[in-house]
Amino acid sequence: MSKSIEELKHLATQIRRDILRMVNAVNSGHPGGSLGCTEFFTALYGKVMNYKLPFTMEGKNEDLFFLSNGHISPVFYSTLARFGFFPVSELATFRKLNSRLQGHPTTHDGLPGVRVASGSLGQGLSVAIGAALGKKLDGDHNLVFSLHGDGELQEGQIWEALMFASAKKVDNLIATIDYNGRQIDGDTDDVLNLGDLHAKLEAFGWKVLEEKNGNDMETVISILERAKAETGNGKPVVIMLHTEMGFGVDYMMGTHAWHGKAPNAEQLEKALQQLQLEAASDY
Amino acid sequence: MKYQVLDKKDTRSGFGAGLAELADKNPNVVALCADLIGSLKMEKFIEKAPERFFQVGIAEANMMGIAAGLTINGKIPFTGTFANFSTSRVYDQIRQSIAYSEKNVKICASHAGITLGEDGATHQVLEDIGMMKMLPGMTVINTCDYNQTKAATLAIADFKGPVYLRFGRPVVPVFIPEDMPFEIGKGILLQEGTDVTIVATGHLVWESLVAADELEKEGISCEVINIHTIKPLDEEIILKSVEKTGKIVTAEEHNYIGGLGESVAGMLSRKRPTKQQYVAVNDTFGESATPEELMHKYKIDAAAVKEAVKRILEK
Repeated sequence: MSKSIEELKHLATQIRRDILRMVNAVNSGHPGGSLGCTEFFTALYGKVMNYKLPFTMEGKNEDLFFLSNGHISPVFYSTLARFGFFPVSELATFRKLNSRLQGHPTTHDGLPGVRVASGSLGQGLSVAIGAALGKKLDGDHNLVFSLHGDGELQEGQIWEALMFASAKKVDNLIATIDYNGRQIDGDTDDVLNLGDLHAKLEAFGWKVLEEKNGNDMETVISILERAKAETGNGKPVVIMLHTEMGFGVDYMMGTHAWHGKAPNAEQLEKALQQLQLEAASDY
Repeated sequence: MKYQVLDKKDTRSGFGAGLAELADKNPNVVALCADLIGSLKMEKFIEKAPERFFQVGIAEANMMGIAAGLTINGKIPFTGTFANFSTSRVYDQIRQSIAYSEKNVKICASHAGITLGEDGATHQVLEDIGMMKMLPGMTVINTCDYNQTKAATLAIADFKGPVYLRFGRPVVPVFIPEDMPFEIGKGILLQEGTDVTIVATGHLVWESLVAADELEKEGISCEVINIHTIKPLDEEIILKSVEKTGKIVTAEEHNYIGGLGESVAGMLSRKRPTKQQYVAVNDTFGESATPEELMHKYKIDAAAVKEAVKRILEK
């Protein structure tokens, strides 16, 4: 887990190539949010998180990660494969019959790296809190990370969980919000405005960090490290990570259109030309 | 009658007693409650293991998610709230975070059915068995008295997998011997008979025994089987009995759609089609009244079991 920034950037481009090829192959899936969160995933698994291989469900004495917005499974799967949780070749089975790489992540088929099913939104923060409480009971000082969509915050269960975590001082938890301002039906501001999210999260008793450059590797690493430094102080920590949906592919940025739509062959070719690598190792 | 009223207690107190015992017996057991500690009788557990209890407030969806998360490093969470708020309110949370994710959560549901009484239909869930039995991998248990509820509470802690444990509010006869073993998925042949098989669960077990006793005086011999585990269903004990009687009455405090009767009918239609009568709520919501009044009005008491037995004998 001591990769250089250059190596991580290279890996992020490779992961973006994987995401686009995976969704193109089955003409379905969610490239937009996946591309937007690529720096987050690469930084988390490449630099920030203390995890062990081979994977165990229990995850004792290591950090845990929960993906609550399960639809961005392509970036999750590619990251797990690229960091050795399962063979990279298995990415080719995404969304196909008898695959462990379901459309939305599941524990059902025993895919290493996944500890809970997600896809129906709003549930992952509660699960992450439970895992964090389990660590506290065991005297395990490692951390629990979670990722949520900003549109997902429209689910009521999230606010139950936000209230609980601060009231019960779950301070070994770092939740990140993929604050890209877009969801299936359009801009979050238009669909259901989240209002002053920063103030709301603070009012709910969380330590709130906000980062404008969520697609810059150094910045993402540093905000995650700052968040780690804020744990153990009696408050749960949340990062509002501003990202760009579709980041890295020009025609996918600045719109919500690619939230859940796959590029066709021609569009894929165009996208991959923008994500060229000297030593690409496509699956 | 072979079974006597040993005492009168609520089944939820059996849950509380079992949970309190688990506080000492199993360090992995943790408990969560959504603002109903007194109703669920969780005080003793909290007294014994305060660090392993989580009060989540009136936020059942969050409670189910936290319970799922607690299982990850090996904890065995018992969630406690009313049956309505344990199922229909949080069905998707149970479906995704617990059942599909194969989490070892014990969903413990009190105040099930119509005998919740005066609070009325908002709280009287009569659809919960149906909802829970439809979830792949979910074990569904409905206990009949204090002793059985206590035994079931202890048994599910040793069982790996999600469980729905359903019990009630009213004070009812205790008649299952304290030392009777509780085996998940195994029915109990309470009384042998030759004319009709009565298969009962929950509060209807005692009512069925009373009915069988009265019918015996009229010369009708009923075999009474307690099915506490609705899923997985003990097919063998039911098939063996109907092989002898050829007729079956199912009795439960639940909508006839989705309940024990439906599970039994489905199984028998595949393996040995058998004449069946249902004692169950007839696809309606409940209302406010005492448990006894409601059991009478909605035809889920000993008198209703007797009528069902006679109906099936007439046909």
